[in-house]
Amino acid sequence: MTGLVIDNVSMTFELPGGGAVEALKNINLEIKAGELMSVLGPSGCGKTTLLNILAGFLAPTAGRVDLEGAEVIGPSPERGMVFQKGALFEWMSVRENIGFGPVMKGTPQGEIDDKVRELLGIVGLQDFGDKMIYELSGGMQQRVALARCLANDPDVILMDEPLGALDALTREKMQSLVLEIWKETGKTIILITHSVEEALLLGERLLVMAPRPGRIHTEYQLPFAELGVGADLRETKKHPEFGPRREEILSMIWDMEEEIMGRKEA
Amino acid sequence: MMEELADLGADIVSLTLGIGAIFLLYVAISGACFAAWNFASGFRQKAGDFTSRKTVTFGDESAVTANRTASIVAVLSIFLIWGAFTGSVISPLHVPGPFIGETSFTYTAQNPAGETDDAKVHIIVHPIGEEPPDPALPASAEEGFAKDDILKVGAWRSKLLRAHRNDEGGGEDGFRVIAVNGQPIAPEQSVDLDDGAVLMTARGSLSFTPNKGLQMEAIWLPAPEAVVARLIEIANEGYQNVSLGENLFWSLARVVIGFALGCLFGIPLGFAMGLSSWFRGWFDPIVEFMRPVPPLALIPLVIIWFGIWEQGKISLLFLAALWIMTISARAGVSGVNISKVHAAYSLGASKWQILRRVIWPNSLPEIFTGARVAMGVCWGTVVAAELVAAEKGAGKMIIAASKFQQTDIVIMGIILIGIIGYGIDILMRMLERWLIPWKGKA
Repeated sequence: MTGLVIDNVSMTFELPGGGAVEALKNINLEIKAGELMSVLGPSGCGKTTLLNILAGFLAPTAGRVDLEGAEVIGPSPERGMVFQKGALFEWMSVRENIGFGPVMKGTPQGEIDDKVRELLGIVGLQDFGDKMIYELSGGMQQRVALARCLANDPDVILMDEPLGALDALTREKMQSLVLEIWKETGKTIILITHSVEEALLLGERLLVMAPRPGRIHTEYQLPFAELGVGADLRETKKHPEFGPRREEILSMIWDMEEEIMGRKEA
Repeated sequence: MMEELADLGADIVSLTLGIGAIFLLYVAISGACFAAWNFASGFRQKAGDFTSRKTVTFGDESAVTANRTASIVAVLSIFLIWGAFTGSVISPLHVPGPFIGETSFTYTAQNPAGETDDAKVHIIVHPIGEEPPDPALPASAEEGFAKDDILKVGAWRSKLLRAHRNDEGGGEDGFRVIAVNGQPIAPEQSVDLDDGAVLMTARGSLSFTPNKGLQMEAIWLPAPEAVVARLIEIANEGYQNVSLGENLFWSLARVVIGFALGCLFGIPLGFAMGLSSWFRGWFDPIVEFMRPVPPLALIPLVIIWFGIWEQGKISLLFLAALWIMTISARAGVSGVNISKVHAAYSLGASKWQILRRVIWPNSLPEIFTGARVAMGVCWGTVVAAELVAAEKGAGKMIIAASKFQQTDIVIMGIILIGIIGYGIDILMRMLERWLIPWKGKA
């Protein structure tokens, strides 16, 4: 069995004041190598918990996760992470940030230099290699984060709302970049987002999760990611299926939120 | 107890009034300078930067920057006030000084027979340290049974005059002075004169105090130029066989060694507390208890344990720096964004690599803030420790000088201590900018 297999994963933890939270319940999922999957859901649906389990930062209370047949028991360079913000190393230049993974592995400096140069080109930061992180805009910083993750050549890239802190215009450019990277590298990418549009654009496969307990609610197979590669994403949004899908998912999440609110009031 | 509290209350009231008066006066000077500056800036070209276009500046923190003109004028004004109250050459204006020169008063003596006679007291008020010649007495000095007297008194001092000593019959019972300058006087009463005051003591002697004016005597506050002169003298010749450089070097050396030891042990301790629950729990009570203990309170114990030599002082400074560095290192580790650590693990870093390449650089800003505080505390502590016991050092120099009322050396020492403390902080800030340029920019 290849790819990422999530086998009946549950995550329950006790609250300090008594009681327990079922952050995830019986999640079963198979993600094929090279798949681009987006995960959507209201807050508290356990999507970040799921991502942390895949990354190996959390151990599930039940079930297991396997990557290429080997159980995930901790963080590993096979599973790269891209965070929303604050995960770059401010004390290093762009070049050093991107080269961090290879340096950890003990790759010879010459190879690292070549790799970093190549990646700077891919993310469009050719002229910024010697800048410090704090000299870059938010969008550029996320480009560095992507490049840093790619430098390790991971099998799976896990993205935790990587574009959440960007303005709309920068976000759109970065969405195109993510699609390009996906197509060019053929990596498995799992992307968590709050934006329904982003989930539609950046998901061959879209997972809508529901809260209490955190579970998979609905799954979609979508054509938009494939259409969006190398194209203007605004055109993709004009696709006849795009609007109805967006409305459908929005009302689905809306209902979930309503339900949570109602339950709280009751 | 109640009486002491009442005294304390009175002290507090007079202190508050005194501080308030000085403060108000100084603020008034500042206000006057501000008005003058405002008036002058009417003729200057206005600044064209962005802030100058802001209409809301009251309450806008970013619009408030230190006015450097004000800083310079403030420092100048301190020296001018200092000069004005010490009769210094650096100040064109002086508050009234003590009376110096010749003056006189007349006293009326009454002998046991009830006869009265006037005599004059010729007074020379001279600067302290000088010994003027006796003035020539007028021919009328020897007339009558009361004879003229000569009194030489130093400025700011007072002097007892046994006026009747040279008078005829002055030793007899019933001979007494009944008036000064025509005003009746009795024991424990005084008469104000133009240039001073005469007090009759309980035993009938006269005590003359010349007017002191508002200027300070050099033993309380020397003039700025006296301090500078003393600085040059001490810099050239040293004080009590120790050169100025040596005194300052020893103070600094103690601070640097104590601080370095504090870092050497405090930073790893803080890291251990930030990285392990066990060590956090183990050291927490010790650190939290020791932190609020002022280092100065440890001086007696340190003296008992280590004696008054270098070991004692360095241990004290070590303890002063240790807790500060521990706490700042701990805060630095706790302040690491978990995303950075997660990212580093996902990039294949080992624990050691994360410690060296993520946690250490990430906690540097906090450590530096702690180091600045620790250096300040150490500098204060070393001076205090030297006040208690030392052979050499800035604190030793000023405490020794104070025992001989060499106020100029004390003030010079205090100014040097201040300058060095300020210099240390500037140095630390420069180091900080150089070593951690990313501080505050994440």
